[in-house]
Amino acid sequence: MSNRFFQLASASALAAVIGIVSLAQPAAAQTPSTKLLAAKEGAKDGTRAWTPPRTPDGKPDITGIHSNASVVPLERPKDLGAKEFFTKEEADAYEKAAMSRHEVVAPGTYGDVHYNMQQFGLEKGQTKVAETIRTSLIVGPEGRVPALLPAAQARQAARQAVNKGHEFDGPENRGLSERCILWPNEGPPMLPEGYNSNLQIVQGEGYVAIMQETIHDVRIIPTDGRPHLPPDVHQLMGDSRGHWEGNTLVVDTTNFTDRTAFRGSSENLHVVERFTRTDPETVTYQFTVSDPSTWEKSWSGEVLMTKIDGPIFEYACHEGNYGMHNNLSGARAEEAKSAKK
Amino acid sequence: MVLLAIFTAAIPAAAQNAAYRAPRTADGKPDLNGIWQALNTADWDIQAHAAAAGPAPMLAADFAIPPGTGIVEGNEIPYLPAMAEKKKENFQNRFTADPEVKCYLPGVPRANYMPYPFQIVQSAKTILISYEYAGAVRTIDMGKPTPAPVDSWMGWSSGHWEGDTLVVDVTGLNNKTWFDRAGNFHSDALHVVERYTPRSADTLMYEATIEDPKVFSRPWKISMPLYRHVEKNAQLLEFKCVEFAEELIYGNLRKQPKGGK
Repeated sequence: MSNRFFQLASASALAAVIGIVSLAQPAAAQTPSTKLLAAKEGAKDGTRAWTPPRTPDGKPDITGIHSNASVVPLERPKDLGAKEFFTKEEADAYEKAAMSRHEVVAPGTYGDVHYNMQQFGLEKGQTKVAETIRTSLIVGPEGRVPALLPAAQARQAARQAVNKGHEFDGPENRGLSERCILWPNEGPPMLPEGYNSNLQIVQGEGYVAIMQETIHDVRIIPTDGRPHLPPDVHQLMGDSRGHWEGNTLVVDTTNFTDRTAFRGSSENLHVVERFTRTDPETVTYQFTVSDPSTWEKSWSGEVLMTKIDGPIFEYACHEGNYGMHNNLSGARAEEAKSAKK
Repeated sequence: MVLLAIFTAAIPAAAQNAAYRAPRTADGKPDLNGIWQALNTADWDIQAHAAAAGPAPMLAADFAIPPGTGIVEGNEIPYLPAMAEKKKENFQNRFTADPEVKCYLPGVPRANYMPYPFQIVQSAKTILISYEYAGAVRTIDMGKPTPAPVDSWMGWSSGHWEGDTLVVDVTGLNNKTWFDRAGNFHSDALHVVERYTPRSADTLMYEATIEDPKVFSRPWKISMPLYRHVEKNAQLLEFKCVEFAEELIYGNLRKQPKGGK
C-alpha cells in the first residue's frame, strides 16, 4: 500500500518526463508474460474441470482489477530464433533475471536526474507478473512484428522528416505520449507498460468498460451488435465493437486515425482482441493486428492479465505535465544562449 | 391546486416520483446503466444567470454564454466573506483560469452537468462512470466504504443503495477544480454526497449536497434531472481536449516562427 500511495502522489509529476522515456523505448518492448499453456495442460489431462464464472446476466465474467505487466518482450530476441516457449526452468531463470534487473543510476548520467521507477513508481519488479513460458508476446515461429511494406516505410520517413530540426518548436512537435494525449499501452492492442500496467474491467448489461490506469482513458465496448461508426469518423483509439463467443469476449476495432501510428500503422489499422478468463486469477488476452497499408500479413500476440488487489489510482497525466513546460522553456533558453554567442 | 403546487415545490424533486420503481439489473439493483446528460447551462454558471457575450467577439453568437435558471437550491451559495472575494477574482479571470479551458479533469459534481454525455456502466461491485469530456472517469466502489488514500481530481467514491437511490459519498477531492465557468470554487475539504434516483424510464434525479467548511458557512444543495440518450447510435466519442488547450497553456513557450508538423 505504501508503495502504491507514493506512486500515486508522484504520478502526476512523473507523467510528462516518463513520456519521453516511452518514446525512446517503446513501452511494449520493455516488458511482458504467459500461462495459458499451463491452463491448457491442466485441461488436457483432465485434472481441472473448471467452469469460468458468469455475471448475474449470464455473460462470461472478466471483471476485476488486473495487471498486464510482463517480463517477456513484445518481440522475441533474435538469438532465440523460432523458439516460442521456454521450458519451465528456463522461464523461471529468465523471469528472475528480468525482475532483478535494476536501473543503473550513475552520478551525472541521465538516469541520475530521471526518476528511478523502482523508487518512485510501481514498475514490474514490484508488481505481480503472470507466470509464462513464452519467449515473446508475439506468437508464432517468427515472434516479431513483420517488416513494414515499402509504402509504410516511406510514410514513416515522411512523418519523421517533417519534424526534423523542429523537435522542440512547440507542443505539437512532441510525441502524443509526452503531450498526455495517447500512451502506447492504451491500444488497442493493449500492451504492458514499463510501469503502472493496471486496468479494471467493469461489465454492465450490453457493455464492457475497460479503464487503464495509464492514462485513465476508458474503452467502452458495446456488445449489442451495432455497426461501427461511419468510416470517415476517426479516433486515436479507434471504435470498438464486441460480441461473445462461448467464454470469450471478441472485440473488433477500426476507425483509427493516421496519427495513432501503432508501430507504423495507417488509419486502416484493424485490431481484433479476445478476452478469456482461463483461471480464477487470469484473463488471457489475445490480439491480431492487420493493416494492408502497413504490413504484408497480420500478426498476433498474447498477454496474460493477472488479478491484483488494486485499487486503480487516478493518473492525471496532462494536469501534471511539467515535462512539456520544461522541455519547451529549456529549448527557448538554449536558443537565447546561442543567439548571444 | 395552487396549494398543491406550492407543496410540491417544497419537497425534494426525487420524492415526487416515489411511486416510480426503476427496472432492475439481473442482480436485483435499480438499473442505472445508460448514457446520460444534463440539459441545463450550469456548467457556465451554477446560479441563475442571464445571457452574456462570450470571451471572443470574433466567435460571435456561437460562443455567447447561454442563460439559465441555475441548479443551486435557493440560488444562494453561502461563501464565507473572504471566499466570496476569491470567487469574484476567479470570475474576472475565468476565461483563462477555469480548469476546464485547460482540459483538466473536472472533479465532482461538475462532471455531471458539463455539456457532454457520460455513461454509467453498472456491475454489482463497481459502478463506473465514464465522461466524454477529457476521458474523465470515476469508479464507485459498492463494498464497505473506504477512506480516500490520497487527493485526486475526480475524488474517491463509495456508494450504497437507499431504496431506488444510489447514494455516493465523495471525498479526497483536490482544490484545483471549479464548479463552473463562472469561478465558483471549493477547497480540498470538499465533501460531496450525491443521490441518483430513477424518476422515469429515461430520467434520473441528481442531487448533491456540498460541504466545505473552509469555503462555505453551511452545506448547500444542487439538483437537476439527467436525461437518457435514447438514440440507437448513442455512444461516447473521444473528446481528448489536451491539444485544444496547448496554445493557451504552452503558447508563450513556442519557437517563433513555428516549423515542423
